[in-house]
Amino acid sequence: MKVYALHVGLLALLLALHFVLPAYHHGNLARVMVLASYAMGYNLMFGYTGLLSLGHALFFAAGMYGMGLGVQHLGLSAAPALILGLVAGAVVSGVLAALALRTAGVAFMIVTLMFAQAGYLSVLYFGALTRGDEGFVIQQADRMLWGIDLSLEGNRYLAALLLFGTCLMLCLWLVRSPFGRVLVAIRENEERVRMLGYDVFAHKFAVMVLSGTMAAAAGASYGLLFGYVGASFASVQYSIFPLLWVLLGGAGTVLGPFIGTLFMFYLIDLSSGVTTAYMLLAGVALVVLTLFAPQGLMGEVRRRVWRGVP
Amino acid sequence: MLLSTRGLSKNFDGLRAVEGVDFDLPKGEIRALIGPNGAGKTTLVGMISGRIAPSAGRVIFNGQDITALPAHRRMRLGMAYTFQITSVFGRLSVRENVALAARRHLRGTAVEAAVDSALARVGLAERADQEAGDLAYGHQRLLEIAMGLAQSPRLLILDEPTQGLAEGEIDGFLSLIREVAQEATILLIEHNMRVVMDLADRITVLSFGQVLAEGTPAEIHANPAVQAAYLGGLPDAAAG
Amino acid sequence: MELGPYLVLATLEGAVTAAVLALTAVGLSLVFGVMRVVNIAHGEFFMLGAVLAWWIAQSVVEHPAIGFALALVAAPLIVGALAVAADMTILKRLDYDPERTIVATIGLLYIIQQVTLMGYGPDARPVEAPFNTRLALPWFEHGAEGWQMIWPWGLGTTSYKLAVIGAAVALLCAVWALMARTRIGLVMRATQADREMALAFGIPVERVYAGVFGLGAALAALAGVLIVPIQQAHYLMGADPLLLSFIVVIIGGLGSLPGTVLAAVLIGLSDGIISVFFSPTLAKILATLLVGLVLVFRPQGLFGARGA
Repeated sequence: MKVYALHVGLLALLLALHFVLPAYHHGNLARVMVLASYAMGYNLMFGYTGLLSLGHALFFAAGMYGMGLGVQHLGLSAAPALILGLVAGAVVSGVLAALALRTAGVAFMIVTLMFAQAGYLSVLYFGALTRGDEGFVIQQADRMLWGIDLSLEGNRYLAALLLFGTCLMLCLWLVRSPFGRVLVAIRENEERVRMLGYDVFAHKFAVMVLSGTMAAAAGASYGLLFGYVGASFASVQYSIFPLLWVLLGGAGTVLGPFIGTLFMFYLIDLSSGVTTAYMLLAGVALVVLTLFAPQGLMGEVRRRVWRGVP
Repeated sequence: MLLSTRGLSKNFDGLRAVEGVDFDLPKGEIRALIGPNGAGKTTLVGMISGRIAPSAGRVIFNGQDITALPAHRRMRLGMAYTFQITSVFGRLSVRENVALAARRHLRGTAVEAAVDSALARVGLAERADQEAGDLAYGHQRLLEIAMGLAQSPRLLILDEPTQGLAEGEIDGFLSLIREVAQEATILLIEHNMRVVMDLADRITVLSFGQVLAEGTPAEIHANPAVQAAYLGGLPDAAAG
Repeated sequence: MELGPYLVLATLEGAVTAAVLALTAVGLSLVFGVMRVVNIAHGEFFMLGAVLAWWIAQSVVEHPAIGFALALVAAPLIVGALAVAADMTILKRLDYDPERTIVATIGLLYIIQQVTLMGYGPDARPVEAPFNTRLALPWFEHGAEGWQMIWPWGLGTTSYKLAVIGAAVALLCAVWALMARTRIGLVMRATQADREMALAFGIPVERVYAGVFGLGAALAALAGVLIVPIQQAHYLMGADPLLLSFIVVIIGGLGSLPGTVLAAVLIGLSDGIISVFFSPTLAKILATLLVGLVLVFRPQGLFGARGA
């Protein structure tokens, strides 16, 4: 009960902020909520199942380009384009899961990295369709969802909150379900889970498709809400970001991805006003977190304050 | 027969770890598998449980040829396997460890009941909410058994269950296994001869990957080939 | 130019790529082989070598050859020392845990790259080659008067490019000799084979690790110095050598030096020739897919022996 109160409370707080935040932070928070949904998807695999992917940008971009190309070249309206983005994410993550889950550990990391890189390069190679590095803008007329104009700031914030709330509650329910408990057990000791009679591959496959689809939902929403689709969202950097956010916020916690994304977003936002080398912060954060706080912020909360926090 | 193997063999890089083993285990028995180090015990049990793919031969469980089945499918057919090196989920609670085992075949409130009963039987009920990694070594071994019980298996495979236990803990362990044997057939790899002689209905001796002898504890004790294989170590160990 | 001379030219250019790539990849392979560490920051050591070479060359006012010679010695030493420091302050404290070291080296990648951006700036800057004589190459053609020798326009190379190939071959031989013929190499191989056993025999494993990490980085830096007169120094130039080294190390068989060199030659040469027919982006897509699939279906590499 206490657990649900905490998470519903966060959503209520975010809804309240909608009415009071100044425009600049209002816009930022909308971005953070969408990116945090991406991070939550990543966390299902990395934090709960112990599968460290270095290629999640592939799924984020699959959603974004599935949606964007649907609008641009198939003339789809927003709703079917979003669905096309989700389907693209599910298919791409399913194919990559079928291949990459044959490996483990370091090899899994490299395989996901390589396929994501191939995906990024493909976006550049098929520049005639994707407009490569430059990317393309989703016109305001195409950003109408059931008569709601998603290019308006208020609507955009609420749509981002809806996406975030759905992903948050889904994650919360999932990790407390029997399925989620098996994922944690796989992270702790895969061989033991197998010898308890669970199909480890099927569980990993399911969570990878789920994680990829959630990333794709975030990617498609990001494109639709902010009106731009570009190759940089498919680059290695966008695979490293969710890892960084989740590490910072706390891997294997439901709230960690949001907290990590929020912190890192503002850290980079503030520093990019000072220097172009803002990715230095990301580098330092990665090293420091790995060295001194592998549990992240929520991990520390769990250790010191509230052991049962999911 | 609950479990049979026919011509079961395993080569590692041309090295024959197990060669042509025909093994039969009737329902309800406690069977011990013994043999000198490197005799192929763990490899044989690995092939039975599905952790190791055989080079040749067949495994039949409960009348079904399971040679081609992956380990998790075999477990679902009613096997349970406890690891030689204690391998509980250290960062999960004791209760959750057992619940994971029970949820494989149960749902809802039945899980709670099965967990409570398994923990009560091994005497870990008071420690249910502790993290498994914080348990003493002997208690972790008991937790392993509780996980085996919660699976309510037809065949329980125990890989050196008393390794690392103090003498005092072993007695409690023996009575626990006898109790479990009321419901499940037990296949036991064990080095401690006192445990083997006390517990086993029959003993199978492996040497250099092949079955050297099979019989009751008394027969095996008297078997000169077995004594030779152990270089005379068996009578002393049995006496001690 | 016709296809024949074009292919010869592509092969020559490919040989230069292969030479530099072999050096870089052998560094990565050494680190992975001995330490089981996948160093994502390896490309940044390459970049640092190139940038330091520019910095040293422009600080020395005398003949460009002197500056370059100085860079050839100093840059690998500086980069190697940096890598040793990174090993002792970061990797060692992570106990060389494979997954956590990868995350840490990703962090290291951004740190090195972004600090370079702050200090050196976003421009690409050239370094003058110490010598750079153009060497034209002849071609034989069957014309009206039988076989005749012609000098197609554009078919040629430079003395510097040949020197790069020569230097790389010499350095690779030196690495091989170090591994196979010296006590240091023996200690490294022992550590690679069995860390616990090496510890038991009193081998200072931590110092071996620091040394190997430094050596790997120094090789990458050396490759960076060698390439900088051909390709300008830029703070983002580490990405391609990293990717290509990964491809080479994985296809050659993780941790196998002969396999790595063989794969480097193959990839380097084919890179030149493939880009005659395909766009470089397509070539890279195919190469990354190949690496992914090799890891999935043949993790011992294309040239490695099949294990148990």
